Amino acid sequence: MAPIVNVIFYILIFLSVYAQVFFLVTFLENRKKIVIREGKIKLATYPAVTIVVPCWNEERTVYKTVRSVLNLNYPKDKLKIFLIDDGSTDGTLSIIQKFSKYPNVKVFHKENGGKYTALNLGLENTETDFFGGLDADSFAEPESLMRIMSYFENDPSIMAVAPSVTVDNPKTFIQHAQKTEYYMGVYLKKMLSFLGAINVTPGPLTIFRKKVFDDLGPYHHGHNTEDMEIAYRMQKNHYKIEHCNDAYVYTNTPKTVMKLYRQRLRWIYGFINNTLDYRDVLFRKKYGNFSIFTLPTGVISIFSVSYLFGNMVYNLGDFIYTKFIFFRTVGFHFGSPGKFISKFDPFFINTQALVFLVIVIYALVIFAMIFGKRMADQKWSFSFSMLYFFPVFSIIAPFWLLKAVYNTILTRHPPAWR
Amino acid sequence: MTKIDWKKYFIVFLITVGLFLTAIYLSNYFGNKKIDQIKSIQDKIAIDILSSETQFSLLSELSCNNISDAVFSSELGELGNKLEWGQENLGNKDELTYLKKYYSLLEIKDYILAKKISERCKVKSAFILYFYTTVENCSVCEREGIVLSSLRDKYPELRVYSFDYTTDLSALKAMLQIYKIKDTELPAVVLDDQVLTGFHSVEELDAMVQKSFKLQEVNPTPTTKKSS
Repeated sequence: MAPIVNVIFYILIFLSVYAQVFFLVTFLENRKKIVIREGKIKLATYPAVTIVVPCWNEERTVYKTVRSVLNLNYPKDKLKIFLIDDGSTDGTLSIIQKFSKYPNVKVFHKENGGKYTALNLGLENTETDFFGGLDADSFAEPESLMRIMSYFENDPSIMAVAPSVTVDNPKTFIQHAQKTEYYMGVYLKKMLSFLGAINVTPGPLTIFRKKVFDDLGPYHHGHNTEDMEIAYRMQKNHYKIEHCNDAYVYTNTPKTVMKLYRQRLRWIYGFINNTLDYRDVLFRKKYGNFSIFTLPTGVISIFSVSYLFGNMVYNLGDFIYTKFIFFRTVGFHFGSPGKFISKFDPFFINTQALVFLVIVIYALVIFAMIFGKRMADQKWSFSFSMLYFFPVFSIIAPFWLLKAVYNTILTRHPPAWR
Repeated sequence: MTKIDWKKYFIVFLITVGLFLTAIYLSNYFGNKKIDQIKSIQDKIAIDILSSETQFSLLSELSCNNISDAVFSSELGELGNKLEWGQENLGNKDELTYLKKYYSLLEIKDYILAKKISERCKVKSAFILYFYTTVENCSVCEREGIVLSSLRDKYPELRVYSFDYTTDLSALKAMLQIYKIKDTELPAVVLDDQVLTGFHSVEELDAMVQKSFKLQEVNPTPTTKKSS
């Protein structure tokens, strides 16, 4: 390989190790502050909260979603529930209309305009001091809202609190890989909250003070990632976002690689374009760790994954070419493949510095997964999916990543609603 | 807003640098271990060859029965592979270049000895000298190398000695002079004093190797007959 390629490679590896170590140091600094509550808690006061469930063709899951909101352990007269049908073409509307008999449930129907318009309709009708959404593919754990609200009670400067989102009932191989990824997400989100640098206030049950929207305006389209755009806007305006690690929300994840590809394409496209829109926030110390750490880390990871993918394709091509030359030269009749295995010699194990650094990165990522699982499931355990997460995601992630970059550069056509 | 803790950014930087240095240290440590391993294999081969030479001189007037297959060093091939891998994957180029010189010398000694033993004792064997270059990207050399290693796998009695044309070694230069090998005609294969340049297919060389084996069979020695 050419030296310049190696230099870029080592710079990317350095930055990747740096980011992982940064998370670890943040963890070590703050580990005593991570409280995992079990059972019910009480608040001094119970401020009224409006929860909006925007739905668009979600007949499979919306019933369970609404039930989970109705089952939230929070005074019923303090909890307003808006079910907003964004012009569904399936049975979603008839399902949610059944809930209109509940006194605290209000059903809205509007023409399809995108998720952010459904949320904004909810916002316009909100009269409470607290507002939150719950995606119609997610289910809130009964204690989640109470635990989130305790954060607002303890610190009046907090403007939004995000929950821990994990995977609901994973069935397929690809869902198990995502489950592991979401555990890591729980850990990373907590670390980002210690850094004051959260960049997404996820659709499943992030609760905001209504003031956020009164001051900063309603949801924007945000390149189909309105929950990311609002977080960027809040960070830009120094509005504090916290993560309530013991408020659990379970979300439905894509079952197939193709669906996952579409979801991630939307996310990454959103990340790239929101970051471009807010580029004036990058590397400005007045915007804190969000500007110096979170955003650059995201950008670096896009470069790293793309680069690793290019490298992998190159190596694979080289390998196939070598095999091709081999077979063209001597054909299939010489040598047996078993010979190479039986002749295993530790001498030929690669011991370049790079190998050790990649081991360090993997170890830190696995630690993040295990600790994330501890935070989400209250148990220490290692699962096989933590290992196959790496090959699965390193093979498929570059596709949505590169497509998102491609879409950004050439077409500027955002992908579909979801 | 959370204030930026620059000290932490700096500490993380130091830790990351520390991890890099540790990784580089480990890499060097294992790299040196590998070079040590190559050296120890070379030493063993050197002793083997010297021992075989001595044994050969001692027994030269006696029967060939005592010359077992064991005199042929089987580790030369392994050493060659490890050196080649090392040149591609280990950083320590100077040391490896030096080791490669030594390796070429051992190959020449092994060749002379094996050839002597083979002629005297009529051990079934064939010898190929193979000259290649690493200076330019020689794809033909690569393919010829594949042909030769598959032939070596097929015939354990075939001994292939490969020499990097660019190795700066007087003994090797002498060989190049003997066979009149020029750097413009690489790769070159020498089999039974016949010099072949350019690419030669596996079928072609296979036939020549078999012919080389047959040459020995048509001239059975009287001594062998007597002893049997």
